[in-house]
Amino acid sequence: MLLPFAITADPLDLAGVLALAQQQHATQALEHDLEGPGAVVLFVGAVRGRHQGQHVRALTYQAYEPLAVASFARIATEAARRLPGVIVCLHHRIGTLEVGETSIVIVTVAAHRAEAYAASRFAIERVKQISPVWKREHLVDGASWVEGASIDPDDPAPLEDAWRRACP
Amino acid sequence: MPVTVRLFARLREIAGSDELTRGLVGGATVADIWDGLTADWPGLAPYAGSLSCAVNAQYARMTTAVQDGDEVAFLPPVSGG
Repeated sequence: MLLPFAITADPLDLAGVLALAQQQHATQALEHDLEGPGAVVLFVGAVRGRHQGQHVRALTYQAYEPLAVASFARIATEAARRLPGVIVCLHHRIGTLEVGETSIVIVTVAAHRAEAYAASRFAIERVKQISPVWKREHLVDGASWVEGASIDPDDPAPLEDAWRRACP
Repeated sequence: MPVTVRLFARLREIAGSDELTRGLVGGATVADIWDGLTADWPGLAPYAGSLSCAVNAQYARMTTAVQDGDEVAFLPPVSGG
């Protein structure tokens, strides 16, 4: 059974995550007598063949699985705090992925498109800030771990930065 | 019971292990565990300024107290997505 938040070594089930998110929004709308799912945004992150001018052969993803899944739930809660009613489902793949393969899928559902689009951008920005997931780049002349943001989930500055990018 | 230490990405490479067990003295914090690791693997030391941590799969701080049997994870800067 598909869960709303997951780390998996298997290929990501885009259609399954999409259906789950849509159904969650519909159920929530029924329960609270609100507008149902009128806008569904699917974000798919894929392995790029070049990074900063270098030819990328593959990426290997690693995660601290229980905390990564908890971080996805936290991101969904943060999104719904600013955008009431929005549903976020988030799956990230781990292991070695070839160029073009899907590494992350984010589905956001809202009554209207503005909230669904904003939540989608917010969620991917926030994953890059606080989710314990790492990528190792396999280049032609060797491999190395990519190090981006230092995790500080309680720091309001990156949170606000993610919202600024989501709602310009 | 000892503490289980989880390492990820580059930290795992430097220490040559994804999981370690460390003994604990009373009143220890995550920082004490980290200091013990950097004594064994000086290559970890440069991560002090960019490091995050978790205790029992919850976000924590270096000042967080550690109990017997806890799982302490050290998290270098992340690059998911």
